[in-house]
Amino acid sequence: MTDDKDVLRDVWFGRIPTCFTLCQDEITEREAEPYYLLLPRVSYLTLVTDKVKKHFQKVMRQEDISEIWFEYEGTPLKWHYPIGLLFDLLASSSALPWNITVHFKSFPEKDLLHCPSKDVIEAHFMSCVKEADALKHKSQVINEMQKKDHKQLWMGLQNDRFDQFWAINRKLMEYPAEENGFRYIPFRIYQTTTERPFIQKLFRPVATDGQLHTLGDLLKEVCPSVVAPEDGEKKNQVMIHGIEPMLETPLQWLSEHLSYPDNFLHISIIPQPTD
Amino acid sequence: MPSSELWAVDLLGRVFTLSTAGQLWELCRDAQLEFKRVSAAAPCCWGIACDNQVYVHVGASDVPIRCREEAYENQRWNPVGGFCETLLPSDRWPWSDVSGLQHRPLDGVALPSPHWEWESDWYVDENFGGEPTEKGGWTYAIDFPATYTRDKRWNSCVRRRRWTRYRRYKSRDTWAKIPSEDGPQRLPDPFSDLSVGGWEITDEPVGRLSVWAVSLQGKVWYREDVSHPNPEGSSWSLVDTPGEAVQISCGPHDLLWVSLWEGQALVREGINRNNPKGSSWSVVEPPTSENGILHVSAGVGVVWAVTKDRKVWFRRGVNSHNPCGTSWIEMVGEMMMVNVGLNDQVWGIGWADRALYFRQGVTQSELSGKTWKAIVAGRECDGSRSGSSSSLLSAGCFFGDEVRGGGESRVPSDSEAKRPGPDPERDVEVAGPASAPAELPWTNIDLKEPKKGPSHAAADFAEATNLSSLALLPLGLEEPDSADCHALWAWVSGGGCAVEAHTTLKWFTVHSGLSASMQMPSLSITPAQTAAWRKQIFQQLTERTKRELENFRHYEQAVEQSVWVKTGALQWWCDWKPHKWVDVRVALEQFTGHDGVRDSILFIYYVVHEEKKYIHVFLNEVTALVPVFSEAKHSFAVYTPERTRQRWPVRLAAATEQDMSDWLALLDLSCCESRRVHGRPSPQAIWSVTCKGDVFVSEPSPDLEAAEHWLPCDQMFWRQMGGHLRVVEANSRGVVWGIGYDRTAWVYTGGYGGGCFQGLASSTSNIYTQSDVKCVYIYENQRWNPVTGYTSRGLPTDRHMWSDATGLQECTKASTKPPSLQWTWVSDWFVDFSVPGGTDQEGWQYASDFPALYHGHKTMKDFVRRRCWTRKCKLVTSGPWLEVAPIALGDVSIIPEIPGAHGSGPGIALWAVSDKGDVLCRLGVSELNPAGSSWLHVGTDQPFASVSVGGCYQVWAVARDGSAFYRGSVSPSKPAGDCWYLIPSPPKQRLKQVSVGHTAVFALDENGNLWYRQGVTPSYPQGTSWEHVSNNVRHVSVGPLDQVWVIASKVQGSRSLSQGTVCRRTGVQPLEPKGQGWDYGIGGGWDHLSVRASATRAPRSSSQETAGERRREQGLPSGPSKVAGAPQETPNPVCC
Repeated sequence: MTDDKDVLRDVWFGRIPTCFTLCQDEITEREAEPYYLLLPRVSYLTLVTDKVKKHFQKVMRQEDISEIWFEYEGTPLKWHYPIGLLFDLLASSSALPWNITVHFKSFPEKDLLHCPSKDVIEAHFMSCVKEADALKHKSQVINEMQKKDHKQLWMGLQNDRFDQFWAINRKLMEYPAEENGFRYIPFRIYQTTTERPFIQKLFRPVATDGQLHTLGDLLKEVCPSVVAPEDGEKKNQVMIHGIEPMLETPLQWLSEHLSYPDNFLHISIIPQPTD
Repeated sequence: MPSSELWAVDLLGRVFTLSTAGQLWELCRDAQLEFKRVSAAAPCCWGIACDNQVYVHVGASDVPIRCREEAYENQRWNPVGGFCETLLPSDRWPWSDVSGLQHRPLDGVALPSPHWEWESDWYVDENFGGEPTEKGGWTYAIDFPATYTRDKRWNSCVRRRRWTRYRRYKSRDTWAKIPSEDGPQRLPDPFSDLSVGGWEITDEPVGRLSVWAVSLQGKVWYREDVSHPNPEGSSWSLVDTPGEAVQISCGPHDLLWVSLWEGQALVREGINRNNPKGSSWSVVEPPTSENGILHVSAGVGVVWAVTKDRKVWFRRGVNSHNPCGTSWIEMVGEMMMVNVGLNDQVWGIGWADRALYFRQGVTQSELSGKTWKAIVAGRECDGSRSGSSSSLLSAGCFFGDEVRGGGESRVPSDSEAKRPGPDPERDVEVAGPASAPAELPWTNIDLKEPKKGPSHAAADFAEATNLSSLALLPLGLEEPDSADCHALWAWVSGGGCAVEAHTTLKWFTVHSGLSASMQMPSLSITPAQTAAWRKQIFQQLTERTKRELENFRHYEQAVEQSVWVKTGALQWWCDWKPHKWVDVRVALEQFTGHDGVRDSILFIYYVVHEEKKYIHVFLNEVTALVPVFSEAKHSFAVYTPERTRQRWPVRLAAATEQDMSDWLALLDLSCCESRRVHGRPSPQAIWSVTCKGDVFVSEPSPDLEAAEHWLPCDQMFWRQMGGHLRVVEANSRGVVWGIGYDRTAWVYTGGYGGGCFQGLASSTSNIYTQSDVKCVYIYENQRWNPVTGYTSRGLPTDRHMWSDATGLQECTKASTKPPSLQWTWVSDWFVDFSVPGGTDQEGWQYASDFPALYHGHKTMKDFVRRRCWTRKCKLVTSGPWLEVAPIALGDVSIIPEIPGAHGSGPGIALWAVSDKGDVLCRLGVSELNPAGSSWLHVGTDQPFASVSVGGCYQVWAVARDGSAFYRGSVSPSKPAGDCWYLIPSPPKQRLKQVSVGHTAVFALDENGNLWYRQGVTPSYPQGTSWEHVSNNVRHVSVGPLDQVWVIASKVQGSRSLSQGTVCRRTGVQPLEPKGQGWDYGIGGGWDHLSVRASATRAPRSSSQETAGERRREQGLPSGPSKVAGAPQETPNPVCC
């Protein structure tokens, strides 16, 4: 592997082996077998779980079925977070496959958004893409695109078509030759240890002296408590797509290559496992 | 795009250069000299220094400027002492020139000026017309003067031999004083202005320049014989003028304008190839009678002028046919001077602020440009200054009229012996234009108190010219610049500065010191690619995939892969007669197999007799997608092995270039995906080029060079790389070089894609803009009749009066289009004088009838004549190539290596022949620096054409006269070897190309015959004789396994004939290096091929091959009798 294009491919084709089990509380007509699936890291739970839904509905009575939701070790899983993020944040230290519990009743209204149809996911996805481009290019690129280009981005994600998606998305990853990067880097930092859902601030890829900002610079700026002191013990893992990039990695490069399809860098900060 | 330089002189007489790739002025070395004028051309710059002497600055280069001096030693035989120096009284000198008329003793041959040095001592030239002579280089004849032969006969009474010695121009990268006139002519008075140009008039001799000068007395002088081999020229000759000249400007082509004291301009008429000095003058009146012309500057198709009221004027309608143009147009701005450089780009020095301006927006369609933009590049000498950017940016652009006081006749010229300096207030009034110019006026620039930019002036200006340059006005009138704040310029010359539409200049903003040293992109691998963080991400992603996927591959995918179809309308060249383009619908269906591999089928739906039918192509069978030359259509050909054998690809055409690119990119991606080929080609890839200049790469499979059951070459998969090349040569360590049609050298950057392959099919980095220039030729034909002589009225049976070279196609100037839609014209039609056979002064070639052999002079028997017209066209594309400036190449060869055989040695041997025929050896080439560092010039006695370096550092070369040479003693420690050994060509053949593999040497002659060098052994690497292998060959490439691949001229398929086909020699074995037959691959339309990186040995027979090879390396004769000694346990056909 020598070319950065290969990173895009690896990121796109990241899969998490998952075992779906129906919650014990659900009433079934016969026993529900667990369901095994490879979930695309870059997609959304409710977008790729039609098969799961069908599988469990077969053993349930029609009247017991309401909106499906998922839970892992007591935490309801937010469908509007990319799957890879959910896994990194909540389950990266546990054994594979990832055991997700499926629920059809007692929807946790205060934790989850409703997802009545795929249009809701599309709307959420596109609003993220637009927000990211607002940060990167003052929305210039996304606004110059045609409706069909927007549709192609979404269809690319929905049908897991890397080429189709990247044919358009590469335009969102360009920046003027005279600049050294985007205006601001679209990122979100998630921590399990805090109440706050995520941190998002304005952060430029290049410092005023022309030096490229690194992942470490970003963390020092927005959540200094996370960064271990020079000689101190490493307390946290900084994870994107299941890997821990070095803190010296330029942020601009990360944004171009390790962003999720919504064009955001979703960075998970999780306590260093003590094993 | 190579960088080139803008030259300028500041008010203190210091000369600076500014690179098109840089953003800092660099002080020209030789700081002790102060200059008044400079005039630049691409290879050199002429100037007048403050000592009133003329200097020339020839840029440094790895290729020396060298000239051959020769003298003949003549001897006569007498019965007593045999041949001796005692000649008859009536004979020539014992030491003479070639004619024998001039006495020329060896020690009497002197260097022409102090700027030359001898390269070596005198030596005897033993080469006589491509054949080595007997001992001592003597040639024999019956008497002087006569025909000399290399053999001594019974009647050979005299003999002579040639002594040669090279001198070398040594004053490079420094100002070399042109020696004062010492001939019979009287010394010209000191020069006040000078201009170089005219390099586009003719190429003969190489690098010819017109150097014109104006003396203080107003006379015009021309420097004779200035050319690349003679950078100083020989002497000044006077050109009479009807008035007193003050300033002169010579364009790159045939424009020469002079400004006169009286305010008019003189235009030289009749400048052409045969008469670069021109024949007569015409006068052009100034735009207004009250304000005469002060300064003129000529380009190719433009003239700019400045009048005495500082106004800038553009001359409309100037060209070769009408050098005077038609009318003046007033331009915005007030300038001291303007200068037109390459591509008719314009620079000026502002009148008020003495700042340097560049005219933006000058294109071929809009020669007058759009706006003046100030160049604010910093200077290396004041690099410490910081914080001045705001004042720098606002400095200038006050084209106010506040400096009118000096009177109309004041001439802002620096032409005074004393440089401006301590006494700048002196302001001499000149009585009138006719006054003796003994004491010239000062420019009225005030060094101590530069003019303030009064706000009213700017307002006036804005009102007066509410035109395009408004954007240049400073937003706020900040504090006016002070003298030490920015450079004050006196002169600028853009004659060596190539600015093109796609050149991005960094001259207009001030950069901090950190980024100021921005260089051209270089091939050394960027830190980002080797950084630890990057490696770590790649590694972790691989580990992640393994961790999360390896044990779970049997899980179901969440998203099912669907069939994806792209449809469109194209045209198809139908398979049956009458062949024509028919409209078709096409659909590409992609589906994903269970193993995740994508496969695709291309359907072509057509209608025949109102019946819908289709043909289909499986993309995993496609072997090549080739863009096809077509003047009118965007078309490409789809090959499969079967179609390759038939020589009949599926040809498709799209309506627009974009449409074709989309289809080509998509089909290419599908082909690559189904074959799991992506990313950069392996170091061992086979590279080739089509006649369209497209670059193709094929990955050699292990069985490609197997002794038996080899992969037939028609099954090789070729994929396209971006870029446009004529030659490509590779080495198994990943070093790949290319040469464009314009002979520019390129090095492969490790990227892929570019051109029409954008997005996923292209790498993110290592793709650069690439341009190429080529010529289109048409012929003007005429027939003689007794009444009117030659006319364009031919016989009814004659060819078209304007035709292609064959005469079969009508090609007029108006109807001839660039070769494809990617090309655009960049010049007008001009007569080509460099056609084989020679021409007369107007470019005509004569013959008795069409078609026949043409010659360059008219005889009694000639009834027809023709001449060749040429027009240049240019293509701009992109690809994984970076230019290796500045030397243009004709041929290149990289050592073929077997990976691991030598270890990764220090450097990779790379040899080349420059476009001028110099042999060069590249130093510092390695995997990490494939472009190498510098050229080492290898001296030759004549221009060369082709070179090839073999796996054991055997260097073979072919000279332009068709003779072959072997270079002795080349080794890694002695990269250039020691001397050339002349190898006689095959009888009656002129060689044109040579290729050396691991040990095998093959050469190609001009008649398409392929020759094998017999008897090459380590102790006698020159070999003994040429053995004929095959005819019908256009190009040969011998690889590191001594495999022989060629481009065959013509190959007959089952359905059609193709020209330019990739072929591999079959049956090539250590004991049978000539092989037995041909295996035909992709074609036609292929031009060049390099298998010199393909070192993948077939696994099975490798031990046998090495055994055979070792035997041969030991110099044992190869014959069946010796095979008995080889191990016989495994009867292997390799040995027999």
